[in-house]
Amino acid sequence: MKKSIIAFIVLVILTPLGLLAPGSAWGEWDLSEIKEKTGFIPQGMARFNEIIRHILPDYGITGFDKSFWQSALGYILSAIVGIAVIAFIFWLIAKLVPEKREKVL
Amino acid sequence: MHIPEGYLSPQTCGVMGAVMLPIWAAAGKKVTKILDKKNIPVMAMGAAFSFIIMMFNVPIPDGTTAHAIGATLLAVTLGPWAATVSVSIALIIQSLLFGDGGVLALGANCFNMAFVAPFVGYFVYWLIVKFKANKAIAAAIGSYIGINCAALAAGTELGLQPLLFHAANGSALYFPYGLKLAIPAMLFAHLTIAGIAEALVTGLVIFYLQRVGEENILYRASGNLRGLEQ
Repeated sequence: MKKSIIAFIVLVILTPLGLLAPGSAWGEWDLSEIKEKTGFIPQGMARFNEIIRHILPDYGITGFDKSFWQSALGYILSAIVGIAVIAFIFWLIAKLVPEKREKVL
Repeated sequence: MHIPEGYLSPQTCGVMGAVMLPIWAAAGKKVTKILDKKNIPVMAMGAAFSFIIMMFNVPIPDGTTAHAIGATLLAVTLGPWAATVSVSIALIIQSLLFGDGGVLALGANCFNMAFVAPFVGYFVYWLIVKFKANKAIAAAIGSYIGINCAALAAGTELGLQPLLFHAANGSALYFPYGLKLAIPAMLFAHLTIAGIAEALVTGLVIFYLQRVGEENILYRASGNLRGLEQ
């Protein structure tokens, strides 16, 4: 268990390396990038964009993205929050499984 | 490969969601049958690993980025159905908390990354292992093909949009680029760099898992590698 936890901590600390890759993923542009590329924003895209708000949009803290280090901190925080929520969900699943059945889900 | 909100028409999202529902139901059933409660922590670690590995964007020569998924790694260690459950949970968290992939597009994104990728990867791994090949290498090759099939599926879903859904004047309502652009772009990113990243991560972790001892919590994830039926 200890080794696995250390491995995850190292991975979390290294995540900002993922910020170094320039540009965005193909087909994952925001509306301004779409407008730049095609000259217009398709109606449906504009309509469904942002139907919900996210607590850490794009794995960052809103307004705290002025430098690489700020983004890196937001990224690391996002990694921690993500792992914590995943751990919580599986903890819930484990709780919901009746003890006698010894089976998941 | 996370299709954002508004890129797919609501109809496409509906169809992909309808496709995923029975797959999720089957995955729940299968996982209940195959794994027991003691496997939950390892499934959680699989989901967390997949979640975090997707944060490592790698640069693609055309100026874009992409990332590994870890789908085949989970399929080989926990079985493809458990991989579907774990990767789906990672994708749901990504779309809800971080806006990575649309909430309405969850059916499509889970189909590509939590179903196509692990199942194709596992199938290729299973075929290669039949010929007594090294399991780490078999998993690496499987994962490379798995992630590229997922990319092909994503490119197809995106590329169909302008073909099927446009305004009266012919302009696209949703994703504006057709199949001829979307499929090569998605495949280029994953055939060149992201697929190799996926293969390396998969091969190295499998190589490590084959060597962990009983005291390691991941020993439970290595049963398949040791030839045990889980």
